[in-house]
Amino acid sequence: MNRRTALAGSIAAAVALLASACTGSGGSATGADAEAPDDPSQVKGSITVLTHRTDLVQDGTMKKYAAEFNKTYPGVTVKFEGLTDYEGEVKIRMNTENYGDVLMIPAVIEKKDYPKFFASLGTRKERSAEYRFTDYSTVDGKVYGQSPIGVVPGFVYNKKVWARAGVTDWPTTPAEFLDALKAVKAKTGAVPYYTNFKDMWPLTQWTNVNGSVSCDTKATTKLAEGDPWAEGADLRVGDTLLYDIVRGGLAEKDPTTTNWEASKPRLAKGEIATMWLGSWAVVQMRDAAKQAGADPADIGFMPFPAQKNGVFCAVASPDYQQAVNVNSDNKQAARAWIDWFTDKSGYAEANLALSPLKDAPLPDILTPYQEAGVKLLDLDDSKGAEVKSIDNSSEVGIFKPDYRQELVDLARGARKGSLDDHLAGLGERWAEARDALGS
Amino acid sequence: MTDTTRKAARPDVPAAPLAPGRTEPAARRTRRRARVTPWLFLAVPLALLLTFTYAPIANMVAYSFTDWDGVSPELNWTGAENYTELLTRSELFEVFLVSGYYLVASVVQIVLALYFATVLSFDARFRNFFKGVLFFPYLINGVAIGFVFLYFFQDGGTLDSVLRLLGVESDHAWLGTPFSANTSLAGVSVWRYLGLNFVLFLGAIQSIPGELYEAAEIDGASRWQQFRYIIAPGIRPVLSLSVILSVSGSLSVFEIPYIMTGGATGTETFVIQTVKLAFQFNKTGLASAAAVVLLLIVLAVTWVQRRIVPDEKVDLV
Repeated sequence: MNRRTALAGSIAAAVALLASACTGSGGSATGADAEAPDDPSQVKGSITVLTHRTDLVQDGTMKKYAAEFNKTYPGVTVKFEGLTDYEGEVKIRMNTENYGDVLMIPAVIEKKDYPKFFASLGTRKERSAEYRFTDYSTVDGKVYGQSPIGVVPGFVYNKKVWARAGVTDWPTTPAEFLDALKAVKAKTGAVPYYTNFKDMWPLTQWTNVNGSVSCDTKATTKLAEGDPWAEGADLRVGDTLLYDIVRGGLAEKDPTTTNWEASKPRLAKGEIATMWLGSWAVVQMRDAAKQAGADPADIGFMPFPAQKNGVFCAVASPDYQQAVNVNSDNKQAARAWIDWFTDKSGYAEANLALSPLKDAPLPDILTPYQEAGVKLLDLDDSKGAEVKSIDNSSEVGIFKPDYRQELVDLARGARKGSLDDHLAGLGERWAEARDALGS
Repeated sequence: MTDTTRKAARPDVPAAPLAPGRTEPAARRTRRRARVTPWLFLAVPLALLLTFTYAPIANMVAYSFTDWDGVSPELNWTGAENYTELLTRSELFEVFLVSGYYLVASVVQIVLALYFATVLSFDARFRNFFKGVLFFPYLINGVAIGFVFLYFFQDGGTLDSVLRLLGVESDHAWLGTPFSANTSLAGVSVWRYLGLNFVLFLGAIQSIPGELYEAAEIDGASRWQQFRYIIAPGIRPVLSLSVILSVSGSLSVFEIPYIMTGGATGTETFVIQTVKLAFQFNKTGLASAAAVVLLLIVLAVTWVQRRIVPDEKVDLV
């Protein structure tokens, strides 16, 4: 009996030791800078780049970028680590010091913690003159990340199907958009809109409507300070459109068993007419069209159906932002990679995406935007961190799929209640969380 | 479990008499070695058990008293705040209603398993084949099952095709409404776990001495009477174990609904909700508290159950 208690005691002690050893990381290097090297040939070292683009690591594209990079920086060895579940894996690794030298900032990291995890790339003042999206990673005037591409939200649609339905001009109001979808349903037999409900993340894209309706660069600040679901607010307009699409039977028959990969060729072939995604999806759809034997030129891209003073607005937002690990031993080399990848790699062009350089020309897919006079908007993200905190604290999840899944369920009658009550309830929770956080 | 391993791991001390020339200390050394040896054998499994089971649990309990968000190097001690929040937010416990579907399903599952185990314990044709068929789903990975059944329930998927072959035109979205979705998911869960219950019951039934059946048959007992008076009392301990497993299983359903619906359309279970709290809303502290509460609920339910149905010694003969 005695021996058993002694054993239990030692187990408890060991467990307590383990528990205290596993929690938290040092964060001793807080506030370091990753300065750009003066002489490229002098930079030496080996860096590891963590990336979510496993496809580019596997098909060797990343190696080609590295080879190109080595022409300017011969002393640097670049290794890549492609992570399929990028968010999940990197989040856990960030409890240690070992999370590569260059990485994409995971969405889960709070902005105020950036200085603890990443080395600064410079002040906001000097970087914002040249680059887009500096706001998104600025803490106390210092910038911690840079997105290599920019994306613009919008509807990806099959031009041929829409033309067959007799709609050639972009709808300018949600009501016109609904009429267009109705015409698609009546005249073509295609699924007018596909929600991708089961795969969840496509539904989160609807939050990117923010800014497109009001055409206000302060749209994010309004989220933090006002009610996102007030009458006429951006998110409410977007959510109401989604609700009306599903309510009107203009979406797929059974949203609960959708399939993203299968939806791409279906859109390319004209079985699906429209999806709300972003400019990044156009490339994938065109590839799917090529594989399915359809015409890639049929894939079109249009802005959210809302105009301010007769002009469409579209928000340019960053993709994952590259940052330097604050614990890295080769910060100069890491910084050199980020600069080269952002400025010279041609990654943005290869992805038909918006370049992060302010003076770069617009990509091909956005030329129709240029012709139609769509205004490209850079949102002020100084309140971005607050919005995220309120979002997490309230458990509303405007960047998470649940709330729109509930909206779709509501619209198709699988959940009881009215849209107004639902959105009012969200607004209430939002306000409560904001008050609780004291901002 | 531990007791049997310990017994098995402890080597028998040689009972041979001491050799004449051997000194006293040597004998003591042997005895000491005999005392240490079982621990040497146990060291590896114990280390694994501590590192991968108890340490994470201790960590989880520790986190449940903090406001940790899962990544930040900073975490503040908040005392019992997470628990207060949990217990004052009744909507967090509404998800247990979903467990009701799985509870009903596990009754069906146990009855079916019992039926098949009884039938297949008698001489039936293709006995082993059917045993394999019934047990097979349990061997498949839960995630794979989720994906397979997603296709099964799809609009125009396997289930719809099979129904069409049978002449039933169905246009039902199987995962479309909360009732239909939960029933479908609970059905998948029955399909998956039936095999485990079945094997447990079969093992228990086969451990009942054969002469009892013979004697019963000579006395003219029917199959039903054999089941009622020999098999049912004979497998009672295993039956009560199965019930405990089903109840705690129903309270902590996760894989199948998480893969298939992600908790959408009213299929969210307590564990899915906990995962979302931890990994979507970065409330690792609160989620840890929720996990601790779930553990306590399962323990309490088990305790109550053991109180109501005590584990009696069964004596058939």
